[in-house]
Amino acid sequence: MGIISRGFSGRRREHDPNLPPGQYLTDDFPVLSAGPTPRVPLDEWQFTITTESGQQHDWNWASFTALPTEQITVDLHCVTRWSKLGTAWEGVSLDTLFADVESAADYALVRSYGGYTTNLPVDDLLDGKAWVAFRYDGDDLAPAHGGPARLLVPHLYLWKSAKWVRGIELSDDDEPGFWESAGYHNYGDPWREQRYWGE
Amino acid sequence: MNDSYSYLDGNAAAGELREIFAVDVTTAGGQCAGCGRTAVLADVRLYVRAPGLVARCRECDAVLLRLVRGPGRAWLDLRGLTCLELAMPDDS
Amino acid sequence: MSWRVATVVALRDQSPTARSIYLDVPGWPGHAAGQHVDVRLTAPDGYTAVRSYSIASAVDGDGVELTVEQLADGEVSPYLGSELVVGDLLEIRGPIGGWFVWRPDQREPIQLIAGGSGVVPLLAIARSHSAAGNQSPIRLLYSVREPTSVIHSAELEELARRDDGLILTYAFTRSAPPGWNRPPGRVDAALLADSTWPTELSPTCYVCGPTGFVETVADLLVGAGHDPARVRTERFGPTGGIR
Repeated sequence: MGIISRGFSGRRREHDPNLPPGQYLTDDFPVLSAGPTPRVPLDEWQFTITTESGQQHDWNWASFTALPTEQITVDLHCVTRWSKLGTAWEGVSLDTLFADVESAADYALVRSYGGYTTNLPVDDLLDGKAWVAFRYDGDDLAPAHGGPARLLVPHLYLWKSAKWVRGIELSDDDEPGFWESAGYHNYGDPWREQRYWGE
Repeated sequence: MNDSYSYLDGNAAAGELREIFAVDVTTAGGQCAGCGRTAVLADVRLYVRAPGLVARCRECDAVLLRLVRGPGRAWLDLRGLTCLELAMPDDS
Repeated sequence: MSWRVATVVALRDQSPTARSIYLDVPGWPGHAAGQHVDVRLTAPDGYTAVRSYSIASAVDGDGVELTVEQLADGEVSPYLGSELVVGDLLEIRGPIGGWFVWRPDQREPIQLIAGGSGVVPLLAIARSHSAAGNQSPIRLLYSVREPTSVIHSAELEELARRDDGLILTYAFTRSAPPGWNRPPGRVDAALLADSTWPTELSPTCYVCGPTGFVETVADLLVGAGHDPARVRTERFGPTGGIR
């Protein structure tokens, strides 16, 4: 560790025993991005689930927003150590989207407009654990935070909650996504502090 | 803030990369494996507000380089560059 | 390249929001004009923050001068800009960056174009050029919001007073001094045509400032006919890469 800088404390970082290990509370909602913010006109937006046999299930904005939605309040944990508690979203549950999807696949590769990808087991998308969210804190989801719609998987580190989501590919093989192939943990459970490879 | 300017350039990665390479690679030339555009690494688009550093091609936006730092480890993915061209002292 | 411990030996306000920090860095290997350092701060709980700052000074033994602009929502700049006192220690790493540099063996005309705090590495170039007795013609176009935003005015004007010294032009984007020869506005092709070396001189251009400024100016230079290989750029912005 380096020398302590007299009088420096950095941004307010509350350590809360209810947080996952190594996390601190943040006041704001940091915007992290690995590239330019995609701009997706709603009349071009599409969300597609592709099964391991190649069967496609598509929604455009109209058919997607016609689906039953849920209002949820969840905690967010970013691998960069900030956590934001009690965030309010509106979205479509993945259980709703998967209702007519026939698949025995174990793994999902999530793809976003702009090229971002992330991977997770199908089990972690289902049973009330994930949503495709399009409203945050009472407003349409802003592009900087992933709008028109993003994946929301609060029980894993936030990099799994892919912004600008465009589809999910189901597969019997697990293919590491953008950060998983560059050092970040393949699963990413904040409660077991699974940040990097080999943890 | 105009979001289309959310990037810097390779100069901002010089310190991080200097910890890994014995030389300053920001003066090295690289070719984008996506579109073939060549550039000095100091000139590429660099995104720093992310869980790692991401350098992208100014022409086609393809990822050229990713650098992640963890405790006692670093991961460097250079597959977006076909190769680096570095100036070396002429020993002949 | 490892971290060195530097001691703050002096502080000087440059503007309501910027100040220069003079450091003594034992064993400093010297630097080229245009290079920067990384500064690392560590909180008592081990939390660290690292930011990059351009070196404002020409090489001067163990002395390194940084100028820090305080950002309202910054994490490091408010500490460096307000909290830091003489005698404090800072960890720095450098010098860093070999592309955006000027070296005294360069002979071609030099055009410096600064947006806001982007003037800092360009000041280092102007100072180094003067200290080396380099005879190549050198100009600085320094674009700021308003007159109170100018930093290092004393040093720049001193360089401009010298025979065959720096040719200095200010440009104001929001409000100009009374009677200024140009209404406030962003740098445009007309301003460049008036206040920068023509392409016939084949100058090397150094452009530094926020990304938007640099993109605009670099495009204008190339559009005016400057060889892109002779336009060096450095974009400033929050370097708070998240660890």
